[in-house]
Amino acid sequence: MLASQSSAETSALPPLSPPEFAVEDGTAVVHGHWNLRGLIAASPDLRERLCRAARRPDLEWDLRGVNVLDSAGAFVLWQAWGERLPERISLRHEQQSAFRRWQTGGIPAVRDGRRPPVPIRRRIIAAIAGLGSHLLAVLALLGQLILDLAHLARHPADIPWREISATIHETGGRALGITALVGFLIGVVVSYLSSLQLKTFGAQVYIVNILGMSIIRELGPLLAAILVAGRSGSSMTARIGVMRVTQELDALAAMGISQSLRLILPKVVALVVALPLLVVWTDVVALAGGAVSAHLELEIGYHQFFQKLPAAVPVANFAIGLGKAAVFGLFVALIACHYGLRIEPNTESLGNETTNSVVVSITLVILIDAVFAILFRGVGIR
Amino acid sequence: MTDDEVIHMEHVWTRFGENLVHRDISLSLGRGQILGVVGASGCGKTVLMREMIGLQTPTQGQVWLLGESLAEADARRKQQLRNRCGVLFQGGALFSALSVFDNIAFPLRELKTLDEELIARLVCMKLAMVGLGETDALLMPAELSGGMVKRAALARALIMEPEVLFLDEPTSGLDPVLGEEFVGLLGQLHRELGFTVVMVTHDLDTLSDLCTCVAVLAGQQLVSYGTLDDAIACAHPFARDFFHGKRAQRILGRSD
Ligand SMILES: Nc1ncnc2c1ncn2[C@@H]1O[C@H](COP(=O)(O)OP(=O)(O)OP(=O)(O)O)[C@@H](O)[C@H]1O
Ligand SMILES: [Mg+2]
Repeated sequence: MLASQSSAETSALPPLSPPEFAVEDGTAVVHGHWNLRGLIAASPDLRERLCRAARRPDLEWDLRGVNVLDSAGAFVLWQAWGERLPERISLRHEQQSAFRRWQTGGIPAVRDGRRPPVPIRRRIIAAIAGLGSHLLAVLALLGQLILDLAHLARHPADIPWREISATIHETGGRALGITALVGFLIGVVVSYLSSLQLKTFGAQVYIVNILGMSIIRELGPLLAAILVAGRSGSSMTARIGVMRVTQELDALAAMGISQSLRLILPKVVALVVALPLLVVWTDVVALAGGAVSAHLELEIGYHQFFQKLPAAVPVANFAIGLGKAAVFGLFVALIACHYGLRIEPNTESLGNETTNSVVVSITLVILIDAVFAILFRGVGIR
Repeated sequence: MTDDEVIHMEHVWTRFGENLVHRDISLSLGRGQILGVVGASGCGKTVLMREMIGLQTPTQGQVWLLGESLAEADARRKQQLRNRCGVLFQGGALFSALSVFDNIAFPLRELKTLDEELIARLVCMKLAMVGLGETDALLMPAELSGGMVKRAALARALIMEPEVLFLDEPTSGLDPVLGEEFVGLLGQLHRELGFTVVMVTHDLDTLSDLCTCVAVLAGQQLVSYGTLDDAIACAHPFARDFFHGKRAQRILGRSD
């Protein structure tokens, strides 16, 4: 037993002679490997020639020279013979059982493995009904959340502190890096573009107003929410989904543990807390980026920049930003959990619903932002 | 090593971090044998089987499959080797996105040379063999019962009529009637096709009716490797408990 002995030549596949047959004076002599591997190597017209030969009723079939015969090989022969054994045939004893399996029947009829396609009208109706069911389900989730909160108010010992703090760390603490990077770059870019415009009007000092308003009121919350939706929303959906695939959700239910209390509530609460905090951080970093750019482009000092900021941006804008962030957090977490719970126990559904979760929560974030813009159009703007 | 050896392991050690699973295991299995591997839960039977297929590399030692060293084979060779093996995983490992029918047809379709009719007939025959009906064929794996998952996975392992069949607890989760049928089926196929089987099993019936060779894994080592009688004669405490319990004596019809 040495490695040298088991080198290429002994390890090659055992010699394989493709399935063949030869007709000579009234006898069809069948030989070769009549198994799946052999059939792959068979000459393409083998089955056609077989059928032609099988039409001769007087032909005697001799299978004794066949090296291997498995049920695939047996089927090819049997099918060529018109799904019965020819009258004159010589078989080895063990070959008979390969044919017997096809002969005895009891094999379910050939059916395509696919389910019938759904007609287009039914699909459209299903899509509309689907939208309704989504809305209902999210509403139910929200209602359950309120019930859970009421329950926790009465039983503070049940508050899942550990899950909440772990989720805050996961969604907030670990997102500091990416939100800082994106915030800083956006701050720099917005500041640079605005300063080019302002220079032409000689209105350089207004850079503080422009940056302050746009970042604190709009860009900060939006950026943070979109990043969190992509980052944490997808991970929440996938986590709940895998729990469904591996029957962990069933195990939780069997233990009498409420999944909404242990899985959903901590995620929602954590995001409602973490996202406003993340927005403060993003605002600060983005403003710093803007200040750097303003300093380089317009020669506005850092001190001057930050001293002018409180006067330029009424504090209501900051409050609106934080309020928006909390609402974004609520919906990102709700949507993530909703799609997570919809996942069916298979890999395809896992992928689809995770994608849906991210797409829907980002869309929803932008939608809510627009609603806020309309609701608070008279607030905080001079 | 002779040409007739399908599996050969030499001085195999397996370690997961601090956890030593196998200590110096050597064995060789001839063509056409049916090897039953027994051992306590968690003693490394599944890991041993994965090492035989080359899904896992032992920490130390060499494994030959169908005369080829797994350590030396490149990815393509390994692929070809595995094409000649059928594997039934302990958990079934059906593709969750495919129906039962498509799961079983999957290896055949991968060949890309067989026409759909032949594939459908072969799949249906294998389904009938493992006792699944045509309505079951359209179900998704998540819609199956535990035993049906086993049977569908078995059909998938058998579909290529492989030279070597690896079965990880094939009869657990089947009802006794089906379990017995399975033993009969495997015995019949074995006589017809002459394949080699490596089977992890706790089922004494299967061991005594089917296996030509029994390996007992205990205390990280192979304490017995040979016929069932050798295993019964083994003095290791696990083997004693396993083969001389009340149940075992009833089934094996021996008393000592
Ligand atoms: N990927 C892995 N990483 C770390 N440890 C592992 C891994 N796979 C298996 N083990 C360990 O190896 C040991 C043997 O596991 P294995 O699955 O082979 O058990 P088994 O004999 O098949 O048990 P059972 O009869 O319950 O299926 C166990 O202690 C397990 O914890
Ligand atoms: Mg196992």
